Amino acid sequence: MRLRWGYLGFALLVVAVIVAPLVSTNYRTFQLAFVGIYLIALLGLNILTGFTGQISLGHGAFMGIGAYATTILVVDHGWNDLLTLPVAGIVAGLAGLAFGLPATRFAGPYLALATFAIPLSFIGVLKRFPHFTGGTLGKQLPSLHSQFGIDANPSVWIYWVSWIVALAMFLLAYALVRGRFGRALRSVRDSEIAATASGVSTSGIKCAAFGISAFFCGVAGGLFAIAVTYVNPDTFPIDLSILLLVGIVLGGAGSLSGMIFGALFVEFIRITWGPALLDLFSQVHHINTRAPGSSLVVYGVVLLLVLYAAPAGAAGLVRRLVTGRAAVAAWAKQDRTPADEQA
Amino acid sequence: MQQFFQALMTGLADGSIYASLALALVLIYKATEVINFAQGEMAMFTTYIAYALLTHPHFGHTLSFWPAFFVTLVIAFVFGVGLQRVVIKPLEHASVLTVVMATIALLVILNGLAAWIWSPELKFFPSPFPTSTWVVGGVHISKQDTGVFGVTLACVAVLWLFFRFTKLGLAMRAGAVNPVAARLLGVRTSWLLALGWGFAAVLGAVSGMMSAPTNFLSPSMMQAVLIFAFAGAILGGLESPVGAVVGGLGLGVLLSMLGTYVHPVTPELRLPVALLILLVVLLIRPAGIFGRVVVRRV
Repeated sequence: MRLRWGYLGFALLVVAVIVAPLVSTNYRTFQLAFVGIYLIALLGLNILTGFTGQISLGHGAFMGIGAYATTILVVDHGWNDLLTLPVAGIVAGLAGLAFGLPATRFAGPYLALATFAIPLSFIGVLKRFPHFTGGTLGKQLPSLHSQFGIDANPSVWIYWVSWIVALAMFLLAYALVRGRFGRALRSVRDSEIAATASGVSTSGIKCAAFGISAFFCGVAGGLFAIAVTYVNPDTFPIDLSILLLVGIVLGGAGSLSGMIFGALFVEFIRITWGPALLDLFSQVHHINTRAPGSSLVVYGVVLLLVLYAAPAGAAGLVRRLVTGRAAVAAWAKQDRTPADEQA
Repeated sequence: MQQFFQALMTGLADGSIYASLALALVLIYKATEVINFAQGEMAMFTTYIAYALLTHPHFGHTLSFWPAFFVTLVIAFVFGVGLQRVVIKPLEHASVLTVVMATIALLVILNGLAAWIWSPELKFFPSPFPTSTWVVGGVHISKQDTGVFGVTLACVAVLWLFFRFTKLGLAMRAGAVNPVAARLLGVRTSWLLALGWGFAAVLGAVSGMMSAPTNFLSPSMMQAVLIFAFAGAILGGLESPVGAVVGGLGLGVLLSMLGTYVHPVTPELRLPVALLILLVVLLIRPAGIFGRVVVRRV
């Protein structure tokens, strides 16, 4: 029964992806392309945070590594931009493994703490080696254009590229979390001691999850670079890493379908939803709702409210509305995400 | 020799700023096992409050540095206690993951609020210390560095005296070591956690006000400092207040020495180097220099 719902949901998603550009303006289509890109990053981070229970405040930097890999291959080595995507993922994944190898040997808060330093360190390294990365100025990619003789608007082109990759990565994430490996991930999240006692290598699993999540983020970063056609050290600030984590919590940690809500939130909160929400208040009070920082306040408050009211995120809320099962309420009370949620 | 002592003094001054923020982290971590990711932004925000006291007239006149400093410490204390009561307390029975996420939400909100209220541009923050130097045996010693070092360590010392010699301090230590037993003996542990947040906010305010004159005031001023403080706390052992202070100072001196004598380590590489140190310490001695190794039954 559960499996059939999963297939139905995925079919609905595919239909939505096909229909969306037909009813959207070019600008909206371009924004939706970024939803696809963020979806890839969130799916990856969710494997680490949602399924394995390890907080990372640094995955924006792995997007950055992927973006720079793509940019350098395209600009300096003349690669076709789409062919760089697997390389971007692998480079970021290897960087993730290299970092995860020491950092994931430890329980508790140490990992989250160390990851907080990645985005700021990444910016420092970019600026230190300008001959390779373009330094503070960054690097310019060729403008966005359709390929293979397809005559499409650049926005529509990047939309399709992003979402085809995103759907493929969705299936990959599904394959990863459903079987034996997925059970190992969840066992580490729910009880490291029990996991160890059952013969699961907790540090090995955490490290693998870290590498996989970095791989997803690297692919997303490569697409991001192709879409914005320009990267510099400010493209991937620490705010992005935090926003990705917020997207996970809001979508529902440990739920794949929830990441679609998360990705929509990540794309639209800063420029569309945040200011709109503030405008409601500015009717009453005289505040400048377009001031810098105002959207940060909005999504910070939204995050807090979600933590209080719906710890299982949007996916948990939908689940509660649809099924009305008492079990979900119990999960929320225990402040754990549904353990066996798949897709 | 001259170069060595100057690097040492600059390192100690930077290190004392890291040390006070590291101590703030350890205070909250010891009591609740929660890393407060908003610690840096709390420090930044209270430094902006000090800035407001210094530049805008309140009750007819602006304050000079030291009155503003102490008024800010009081405000920071109330602010810290308030945050714990309003934001963290409702999550008392939630998992550590949720509480950590709540501190990240606080980080985002405070960062946004500061940019909203005071604009994100860099601001000049006055220093209470002269820019001149003392000359001792041919070595120039910066009064600014010495002042920062002195003030920060004095605040840490006052806090240590409080924990060591007052009844409330004893209760707070008891609450951190064994909350259940402390509660059974009549200690109101929930309020002690709020007090802990208050003291942590005060330490943060000290580090913010001491680093702002040299690093300028901006909403992101404490992000790097927070990471250095993390690294310092890890170096000393996240469980140990003494370790946090020594770790923070040690990291400051180490980075200053590397910057002076190892030329590939430019200012841009300070953070990556700190991250590297953090990872190496975690690998070699996960509990830090002063920490106890906690053995868990499997």
